[in-house]
Order: sequence, then C-alpha cells, then structure tokens
Amino acid sequence: MSESLVSRIKPVLGLDNKWWWDQAAEGVLAIQRCQVCQSLRHPPRPMCDQCQSQEWDFISASGKGTVCSFTVLHHPKFPGYDYPLIIVLVELAEGTRITSQLTGCEPDEVDFDMPVEMVMQRDADGFQLPYFRPSQ
Amino acid sequence: MNSLHNKAAIAGIGCTEFSKASGRSELSLASEAVVAAVTDAGLAPSEIDGLVSYTLDPTDEIEVARSVGAGDLTFFSKVNYGGGAAVGVVHQAVMAVATGQANNVVVYRAMNGRSGQRNGQGVSGQIVTSDLVHWSWYQVYGMLTPGSWIAMIANKYMNKYGVTAEDLGRVAISQRNYAVTNPRAFGYQKPLTMEDYLASKMIASPLRLYDFCQESDGGCALLITSAERAIDLKQKPAVIRGITQASTQGQEQMTSFYRNELSTLPEMELAAKRVYAQSGLQASDIDAACLYDAFTSEVVMQLESFGFCGPGEAKDFIKEGGLDIDGRLPNNTHGGLLSEAYIHGLNNIAEAVRLIRGESTNQPKSIEHVLVSSGVGVPTGAMILGQS
Ligand SMILES: [Zn+2]
Repeated sequence: MSESLVSRIKPVLGLDNKWWWDQAAEGVLAIQRCQVCQSLRHPPRPMCDQCQSQEWDFISASGKGTVCSFTVLHHPKFPGYDYPLIIVLVELAEGTRITSQLTGCEPDEVDFDMPVEMVMQRDADGFQLPYFRPSQ
Repeated sequence: MNSLHNKAAIAGIGCTEFSKASGRSELSLASEAVVAAVTDAGLAPSEIDGLVSYTLDPTDEIEVARSVGAGDLTFFSKVNYGGGAAVGVVHQAVMAVATGQANNVVVYRAMNGRSGQRNGQGVSGQIVTSDLVHWSWYQVYGMLTPGSWIAMIANKYMNKYGVTAEDLGRVAISQRNYAVTNPRAFGYQKPLTMEDYLASKMIASPLRLYDFCQESDGGCALLITSAERAIDLKQKPAVIRGITQASTQGQEQMTSFYRNELSTLPEMELAAKRVYAQSGLQASDIDAACLYDAFTSEVVMQLESFGFCGPGEAKDFIKEGGLDIDGRLPNNTHGGLLSEAYIHGLNNIAEAVRLIRGESTNQPKSIEHVLVSSGVGVPTGAMILGQS
C-alpha cells in the first residue's frame, strides 16, 4: 500500500510543550534541563521536580540510546500510521527516556538493549518528529 | 491511619445484564443498577443521600438522582483516572459515611463500552490541558489505546523474569473457567483452551486478544453505609477493613515509562502497604481476590505488589494453580473483566461482596477476607472486605 493520505494525530501545542516541537521542526531532539540543578527531564514540564525551579533551558541530545522496552502494534489500525507499528521506549545516552517509533527494523528483530539512533522523520505534510533506527 | 477501619460496609449490589449492545442509554443502565443496589440492601431509592461515579461516566449524579427518585443529596463526587476510580468511588463513599456527610451512598458506573464509546477507539482531543499534552507524546506515534500502553510495561516485566505467553494464557484460562459457570458472564459456557489462547491474534505484543478484557455494555452499583447500620439491613454486610487511593512519584495515566524501575507497580505497592496497615492484616490473611484485570499481565504483576509472592515468582504461583478455586488465592471468581464483563472494575467489587456473602457462582471453601484493587497503570486504590 502506498503512504496513507491521512496524516498522523498532531500534538496539541501548549506553553509547556510547543518549544520542544519547534526544536524537532529544526531537526533537534531536545532534552529539557533545569538551569538551577542541571537535571534533565522528559517529557517536558514547567517545574523541576528536584529543586522546584521553573528556570530551564534544553540540550540537543546526541540521539544515541538503547531500547528499554517496546511493543509491536498490530490492531486496531488507525489512519496515518503504518502497521505493524514498532513503538520503542528509548533510554538516551544522556539518561532520560523517550517514547518513539522504530524504523528500518523488522518487527521480529527489535530487542531489549538494542543500540538505536535518532533519525528525524519528515511526513508528507512537512511535520517532523524524532524516530529511531538500529545503530549503523 | 485507622480512621476508616471497619467504619463502613457494602450493603447492596446491583448489576444490569451485561451485553455487547444494550440498546439503552447509560442513564437507563445506571438507574437500573442503582435501584437494584438499594433494593438489594432493603432500602428505598428515596433513602439515597449520596452518589459517586467516575469522571469518565457520562451520567451525572443529579441525572441519576432525578431518574431513580433519590432523596436530598448531601454528598456527590466523581473520581478521575478511568478504572483507577473503581476503589476510588467506594473510598469517597466510605469517607462520606464515616464522617457523617451522608448515610446511604450509592456508587455507580454504567457504560455502553461496546456499542457506544469504545476504549480501543483511542484518545483524542482539541483543548490544550496538561492531560492532553501528556497524551500527545504518545498519540503522535500512534500509541492510542490502553493495550499499547500496558504492553510496554508488560514486555519489560516479562523480559526481566522470563514470563511466557503460556504464563499470561494461564490467567486468561483460569478466569474463563470461572466465567463458564457464571450466567452473567460473556464467557458463560464458552471454555478457553491454551491452543485457543496461543492462536489468538497479536494485538500489541506481547499481548494477544485473550489478554484483553471484554468490551461491554452494562451498569453496576454498590450501596455503602455505616458498618453499624449495615447489620440491620437485608444482606450480610461486606465490611471495609481498609481502603485507600494510591498514586506514586512519576505517575502518568497509563504511561509511567520514566521511572527507574519498570517491572513493578509502585502505586499498587503503596495501596498494599496502606490497606494492610489499615486493616491489621497481611497477604497471608487474604483468602480470595478480585485483582483488576483489564489485561492478564496486570494480574501477574499485582500478585507481587500485594505480597502473595516475591518478585518474579508470580508466574510460578499461577502455574501451580494459585488463582484457581482450590488454589492459594482464588481470583476473579466471576470471570473478571477478562471474561465476565468490563464495567470498569465495579463488577469486580460486586463479586468481592458476593464472596463475603458466600454467594459467588464459584464460591471457594472458607472466605474471611477479600482483596480488591482498581485500575493498573493509573492512579488507583485497593480495599479489603471482611465479615461483619
Ligand atoms: Zn532543578
């Protein structure tokens, strides 16, 4: 089948997460960083749960990580996504985790602790989001 | 900490027929279940002075109140987080009764979960709230359903402890065996074999079709009153020995993927610690359970959370028949959410009450205390029911 004409569900954009998607649109996998205690956090939140500071910036992640867990989705099939759909929970080298999609890998080849790297996916409608693929 | 110990009891239970297409409104189902619960207790609808439901329930308290002819209400409330609210609604009612806010509180949940809004249809939304921002991290990747969220944790747990498809299958089969003899159940007279289980289609690996609960239309309600008053009512009371809600650090709705340890259920461990402390009981005092079972893997993991076995030992507990009627912990003796119906956990509490009364269609020998939990992967809760 050719690529679906229906696009994926886009994230709602609010004051606490829009900046992250703006970075993705620029090709950056961002990790939020507390400016006071320097701890990293994902998914983004306005306050640091370690020191309660709302001062933050972000770093650009290396994109390197390993598969912490995964699931292969077969059913139900939603328009805008390709199945079987491999969802991975990636443990990034920087220590935070991110939920994403694994591409360039057969569903029966994905495994725990598998080294992966970020590759920025660009949809037909121009929307960008980080995917991961087996490390090359 | 002990202030809710033995203060309240479940004195009435009511359920509608469970089906795949009720052809009725949720208000109609809720009304029938609520009236059934108060009638079961030997009370009249006009004696209801409190109502509690789930935030996900489409029928507001006052709609039910008008519909059934309830009395003046002095307590009404709703509890968030899907199936996590199952114990939560009872907790609200117990607090209301224990503090004199109301005398006869009915908790209810009625849904057209198959013919109407189905959980498998996925989450979506337009208004920007912190909750929708949370879901959006998963929606954007096509992770839209409860099965997909639970699968991520189940896979991690299974990998860590060498849990197999057959181990999950044993949970599905144990509960189906109970349902086979329960006329209310979807699984009534429909046995399930390991061959059927293993041949069923993969939905969200490692979870297959039979690892998933039913999608059901129906309603359930429970009448909660003071333990003292319950003694004078029609039924043998199920006294609440301990009850708590529980949500722990790093909690997300269904997607708590960022905690250090992913092979445990910290909110269930908190619930366990609190209900055992409140009741003065421990795992060895529990004779049967209705562990929340939207997915088979949830039952496996909770056996460890509630201390029925050590970490990684649940698969052996199950293999030895621990969940079966003559096993260490008969579990979901009505078939549970997997094989009776999915009424968001309230039907599991109704079964726990039947076990205390000695009225289950699969009544184990001697039942003193029954443990009930609500939704897994969400802010949740647990309670222990005992004899009067
Ligand atoms: Zn900080």
